[in-house]
Amino acid sequence: MMRGLQLRGKTAFVGAATFGCGEAPGYTSIELAAEAARLAIADAGLTPSQIDGLFIALPTDFLSGLTIAEYLGIRPAMTNNSRTGGSAFLTHAEWAMLALDAGLIDHALICYGANQRTGAGKLVSAQMPSAFEQPYRPNNPVASYALAASRHMYQYGTTSEQLASVAVAARQWANLNPEAFRKGPLSIDDVLSTRLVADPLHVADCCLVTDGAAAVVMTRIDRARDLHKTPVALLGAASATWHHEIAQLADLTVSAARESGERAFAQAGFSPADMDVVNLYDAFTINTIMFLEDLGFCAKGEGGPFVASGAIAPGGALPVNTNGGGLSFCHPGMYGLFTMVETIRQLRGEAGERQIDGAKLALAHGNGGTLSSQATCIIGLLETV
Amino acid sequence: MTQAPPTKTYFDCLAEGRFVIQRSASTGEWVFYPRMIAPRTGATDLEWVEPTGLGTVYATTVQRMKPPAADVSIAIVELDEGPRLMTHVQAMPPEDVFIGMRVRAKIADGPDGKIVVFEADSAE
Repeated sequence: MMRGLQLRGKTAFVGAATFGCGEAPGYTSIELAAEAARLAIADAGLTPSQIDGLFIALPTDFLSGLTIAEYLGIRPAMTNNSRTGGSAFLTHAEWAMLALDAGLIDHALICYGANQRTGAGKLVSAQMPSAFEQPYRPNNPVASYALAASRHMYQYGTTSEQLASVAVAARQWANLNPEAFRKGPLSIDDVLSTRLVADPLHVADCCLVTDGAAAVVMTRIDRARDLHKTPVALLGAASATWHHEIAQLADLTVSAARESGERAFAQAGFSPADMDVVNLYDAFTINTIMFLEDLGFCAKGEGGPFVASGAIAPGGALPVNTNGGGLSFCHPGMYGLFTMVETIRQLRGEAGERQIDGAKLALAHGNGGTLSSQATCIIGLLETV
Repeated sequence: MTQAPPTKTYFDCLAEGRFVIQRSASTGEWVFYPRMIAPRTGATDLEWVEPTGLGTVYATTVQRMKPPAADVSIAIVELDEGPRLMTHVQAMPPEDVFIGMRVRAKIADGPDGKIVVFEADSAE
């Protein structure tokens, strides 16, 4: 018996918002998060006082759950500040699903905000180096992902051009997204002519460093039907953790996304072939290739040729990262929540020029640490429940 | 039994010129990085043993530095005993380090004290 089947379709996303994506000079991280929260709550047709489940993780504020509760002036029955890196927000959805279904809370808010571009001026990572990595001063996270990429190339013949095609597809999507920070033409040669950061990864193989905030609101499916927007149901949510530092991952070409994806799909009762849209955390170009393989959209080792075929770009068979992803849309540190917002927008038909016609089922996937924590949500229209 | 402080023991031994890692007497499993318990089995009968120092490059990258600083090798080496560790492969251009390359451990100066690095194993 698959665990968690009773949770399938019991909860729904009823609010979603982004704010300050790109550059939001002058705003603090908590101000950005609060504004995204306000917009998502309004999008749901709720008021802040109705939020009784609060989920957040910020890179530098270890007690951000307390900060945002006070900031919004709410007294949540459940405050969850759990931090697994950029996957945290998808694990929050998993916890919110449980708490909502159990009747412990009625309305859950998941939010994030950071001013890493105009505030910190660089990527702020919450991951602490271990005592056994730190003496070698790896330029993490990029060094760890570069090591994984080197192994993928060695085992499967994946090429720098194939990696670059992930960045090119992301840019093509970003060019259709008015909110995207990095736009304009980008070719494979353009990517390959940017500076190497950690071989084989170039600057353009790496996610942006931007400001930005996102928030979503969840409730039980029965309540969802009475709110403003067409609700979209959470059909499956699962997460998995296999390691912390990259040297401890058993096979550098396989992440725990294999496990989180398998369990999320089993809970949802769907398979990769059923997905109309996929939004996953593309911190580096290798991530997209690995996660498409691990989640079952192509066989292990075939991710390179798959992305190079144009399958994931606008007009391709499998739309991936339709907002432009962390590579070209925005990346204010822990990007995971943005995969959920874009998924909700696509299912609601709110994605403008980049809208996938008839999208009914979609997957959001978050990654935390150095390929360490993986979390997958399968989300669909009410008719798919 | 409770271990002597594993992290301190490891670096203290390196400072004395000895590269030692843990092995469970009961299961025979080699453990790196040093821990209070063996992962998976939970064994606590961990002994400090010198590995052969031989290994194979499992993954490699060149960390590009801002000139005039030299680029740096960051690699994961799999010891012949099984465990893997992050390290530098030195005494050669970092671009020339390749996966599958046989390497031999050496104790060198790191930024905070002695560390284990590797060089191409000329014996093979």
